[in-house]
Amino acid sequence: MDLIWEGLRKALELLLTLDPEVLRITLLSLEVSGLATLISLVIGLGIAIPVALNEFPGKRLVIALLNTGMGLPPVVVGLFVTVLLWRSGPFGFLEILYTPTAMILAQAVIASPIIAGISLSALQHLPPGLRLQILALGASRPQMVWLLLKEARLPLLAAVMAGFGGVISEVGASIMVGGNIKGQTRVLTTATVMETSKGNFEVAFALSILLLVLAFTVNAVLTHLQQRNRPR
Amino acid sequence: MSRPTVLEARSLTLHRAGTQVLDVPALDLRAGEVLALMGPNGAGKSTLMLALAGLLPLSGGNLRFKGTELAGRPEREAYRRRMTMVFQDPLLFDATVAQNIAAGLKLRGVPAALRESAVRAWAQRLGVGHLLARPARQLSGGEAQRTALARAFVLGPEILFLDEPFGALDAPTREALLDDLGRILAETGSTAVVSTHDQGEAARLGHRLAVMKDGRILQTGGLREVMNHPEDPFVAAFVGMETLLKGQVASSGEGLLTLRLGKGGDGHEVLAVGEARPGQTILVGIRPEHVALSLQTDKSSSARNAFPGTVTKVVPRGPFFKVELDCGFFLAAYVTAQSLAELGLEPGGAIVASFKATAAHLIRREGLDSEV
Repeated sequence: MDLIWEGLRKALELLLTLDPEVLRITLLSLEVSGLATLISLVIGLGIAIPVALNEFPGKRLVIALLNTGMGLPPVVVGLFVTVLLWRSGPFGFLEILYTPTAMILAQAVIASPIIAGISLSALQHLPPGLRLQILALGASRPQMVWLLLKEARLPLLAAVMAGFGGVISEVGASIMVGGNIKGQTRVLTTATVMETSKGNFEVAFALSILLLVLAFTVNAVLTHLQQRNRPR
Repeated sequence: MSRPTVLEARSLTLHRAGTQVLDVPALDLRAGEVLALMGPNGAGKSTLMLALAGLLPLSGGNLRFKGTELAGRPEREAYRRRMTMVFQDPLLFDATVAQNIAAGLKLRGVPAALRESAVRAWAQRLGVGHLLARPARQLSGGEAQRTALARAFVLGPEILFLDEPFGALDAPTREALLDDLGRILAETGSTAVVSTHDQGEAARLGHRLAVMKDGRILQTGGLREVMNHPEDPFVAAFVGMETLLKGQVASSGEGLLTLRLGKGGDGHEVLAVGEARPGQTILVGIRPEHVALSLQTDKSSSARNAFPGTVTKVVPRGPFFKVELDCGFFLAAYVTAQSLAELGLEPGGAIVASFKATAAHLIRREGLDSEV
């Protein structure tokens, strides 16, 4: 038990003194996962909207693939992104392996199917006649899509939260494509793994608490957005 | 009273999974007229309405709105801003009543200040003026449909499509809304198409009636004309002509004919208005509200057809009762609760049914001979 209490005490100390290294790691986590989520939102909606609004052969297959993609193992993504970005790989000339850019890329690959899958189901759950009603009110196609997204805003923000939650907490891909380089690609999860393996439990505790606080804060902001302007 | 044609539909067809679900060679809508589309569920009323609203990709046909053919997407998008539609499901947005009513105006870029007064005025006109700040999710069915109607009327649509707007409402709510809608349609002189499977609704809202079955329009014409002169047994039954009698023309002349009832008709003769050649097999229909019941044959009555019979069944039908009779042939009559009591009508009781020759309408003359 002493190990735990001592760890928690030191963790609080690190947090309260705003250790510059810890701060940098936290900000990088937020930046990488935040950008990855934003990119995934654009990609996810870009897939979900046309799939939801159109009938085409193979639609069920596309939906099944998206749903499978929601459970994409981060280490598999890490492996493929690493191979693609490897110096002798097809995108090696970009020279972005072991940079935050590679981490954003890998995390976007993980979060995009999550956001696309939940958004698709959100759009499909709107009343079937709503699209015709919106068109009958004189909406152009972009206006119609915008109103549908607005109508589905609750589950859509849930999709964003799920996407962000998926990438802020993943470690496999980040460590593989980022390399956990101090001052460059070290984020909360990769640092926690490292400190735990070194036996520095107090640092690992501090990082874990920060991870939880970060996840909570971001989700609290999103929840506020979600419930705002919602007539009660 | 020749009003300009607002919408012309020609050769509208739609095939779905190999079957034809819509086949309407021609349908015109004139300014200021309310066309009631009637038919059972699955007759294609909603499909036709969506097609007329330009909201359904069709297999074939064309629409012309105020002289402009709606051929391409730009024309259809422009058309969509001049008509609007209300569905059975109010389909309100997850927002307040005011925001819902303003939705179409907002899509058209109407400034907020102008929107507000129009929204308020139409909300009041439809009886939801006190609910403007209420979230749409908290409305009752009737309030929600009133909000949907206000959202449509506020746009000043040149055509208003109403797809079974009362289908999901309970009777008292529907009754109140029918009154308001009928009044507003008349006050605004709106051009509208309303679909319903209820002949009472059609009669209260429509100027013209089109009866549909299996994606086709069986008959279209003025309300009274279709109600009283259905051209087809299906239409007759659907517009509430409960009694259909088949027989052979015994004699005819001067616009009147005598019909000798066929099988099961026991050789009874019915006097009807119409022209047909003697010996021809015809069908006549009698609306139940045109049949009078009495305890004795009234010699002074102008009713040319009087038949003694027995009551077989008394069915409550809202404000009145439907009495089914066996006069040697089937006959249905509507009576009020008061008449029911005065005449002591109950199954097995004797009664005399009478109706005028003008109440017996000739329905179809062709193709019946082979069936008798």
